[in-house]
Amino acid sequence: MRRELVCVICPNGCELEVEYQKQGEALEITKVEGQLCKKGPKWAESEIKGSVRTICTSVSVEGGELPLVSVRTTSPVPLNSIFDLMEEIKRIRLKAPVRSGQVILKNPKGLRTLIIATKDIPLKT
Amino acid sequence: MKREVVVIGGGPAGLAAAISAKRAGARDVLIVERDKRLGGILNQCIHDGFGLHRFKEALSGPEYAKRFIERLDAEGVEYMLDTMVTKLGRDKTLELSSAKGLKRIEAKAVVLAMGCRERTQGAIMLPGTRPSGIYTAGQAQNLINLQNIMVGKRAVVLGSGDIGLIMARRLLLEGCEVVGVYEILPYPSGLPRNIQQCLLDYGIPLHLSTTVVEVHGERRLTGVSVAKVDPNRRPLPNTTSFIPCDTLLLSVGLIPENELSREAGVEIEPMTGGPLVDDTLMTSLEGIFACGNVLQVHDLVDHVSEESELAGLFGARFSEGELRPLGEYTSIRPGPGIRYCLPQRVSRERDFFLSLRVKEPMRDKKIVLLDENRKRLIQKSFPRLHPAVMVRLKVMVEKIAKAKGLEVRVE
Repeated sequence: MRRELVCVICPNGCELEVEYQKQGEALEITKVEGQLCKKGPKWAESEIKGSVRTICTSVSVEGGELPLVSVRTTSPVPLNSIFDLMEEIKRIRLKAPVRSGQVILKNPKGLRTLIIATKDIPLKT
Repeated sequence: MKREVVVIGGGPAGLAAAISAKRAGARDVLIVERDKRLGGILNQCIHDGFGLHRFKEALSGPEYAKRFIERLDAEGVEYMLDTMVTKLGRDKTLELSSAKGLKRIEAKAVVLAMGCRERTQGAIMLPGTRPSGIYTAGQAQNLINLQNIMVGKRAVVLGSGDIGLIMARRLLLEGCEVVGVYEILPYPSGLPRNIQQCLLDYGIPLHLSTTVVEVHGERRLTGVSVAKVDPNRRPLPNTTSFIPCDTLLLSVGLIPENELSREAGVEIEPMTGGPLVDDTLMTSLEGIFACGNVLQVHDLVDHVSEESELAGLFGARFSEGELRPLGEYTSIRPGPGIRYCLPQRVSRERDFFLSLRVKEPMRDKKIVLLDENRKRLIQKSFPRLHPAVMVRLKVMVEKIAKAKGLEVRVE
């Protein structure tokens, strides 16, 4: 089987041509072309087996200089889990101050990732 | 007040320029920023992908900014927030306005780092009524990501610039229906990876060679009419359809913000909308340098930082009297296939980065630097070239040492 993919790892956005076979339940990649770096084939393999993406969004903060703190996952999560994860994140309410890097959620929805703050939100003065 | 180097703007360009100027030995470096905080547009760019070149990590905008702000503090660079530069003179005096009053600063060198702003509905002469619900993509980004204000329930995005693509995904994740992205050109304006991860990942349709031909609604937007366009971007009859929506996001280009530069007498290049510069990023006015999106609209912040560090370095050198004024320059002209190249003139005394954009998407081409006798000085092959992706080539001084005129072209 063949698929064309755009690698999203870096701004080069390489257009990859991937050939693969199904062996029972397992997928085997037989050829990857079009990449400018060695991360391409590895990314193609993970993309064929099931897309994963980093999610960035924001969380409400009470009493801070801004009403929101930006957050992100520390590792990519399955693309099809993103809407569930967004629901989980939207329920959170934080109190200022919040520090960049602070862990907001551990393994939400059983996913192997942390949700961390990506911005300092000092107390409103 | 007197300062060695004054940097106008505290976004990614200004931060990198100021840190670099201080490290290069300038005694006092001052940033003047009109917002309440440093970091500029990075504060509202909460998506990731910043710093892949520089830090080998995919950071969000605020994290990228924080790394620079921490260094700025460690270097002891002074900054003024909530302060607007209202006038820059060719003698490098600046007039500042803030709640504390007016100030005047004499600088030995000035770095322009004011960034850019978005083209608006007026700038593209959007036909129809003028209801609420029409935002530039960055304006919607500010409302949603900084102020916790949702902009609408059903949105159309006009233009496929990167901010528009990022915001299409952001709106969708926040529960707004995104009908589609409409692009007047036959190819997308944003980076290919953003087409994938912002549109295709979520099934948001991208309609090329299509544009909004009319806006409907009195108080609030009720919908837009879209139509296919011919190769000359004229709407084709009988292709018009009505799309109900309450929100229209515009991602139709960025304009370097050069009002201060123009007033000072800095020569502006029509193709970039930014100052004409040499290989030290000095503008046509001695001791005034430019970097970041005020110089040329970038697609990657990593390149902004790299460029701005050079502007800061040369600004510091100039303020110390180490950078002598140049007599004769060699000009670099954009040739076939090239929309613009920068710097526009070089001293042939040092290596430099040549930035350029091509006119249209191409495959398997070479970018070639020629001298006045059509001799090839540099050539580099590219499997793909795209106007959305800025090309930056390092040019070693020995390659151009004898050239009297330079031209860069696609072959």
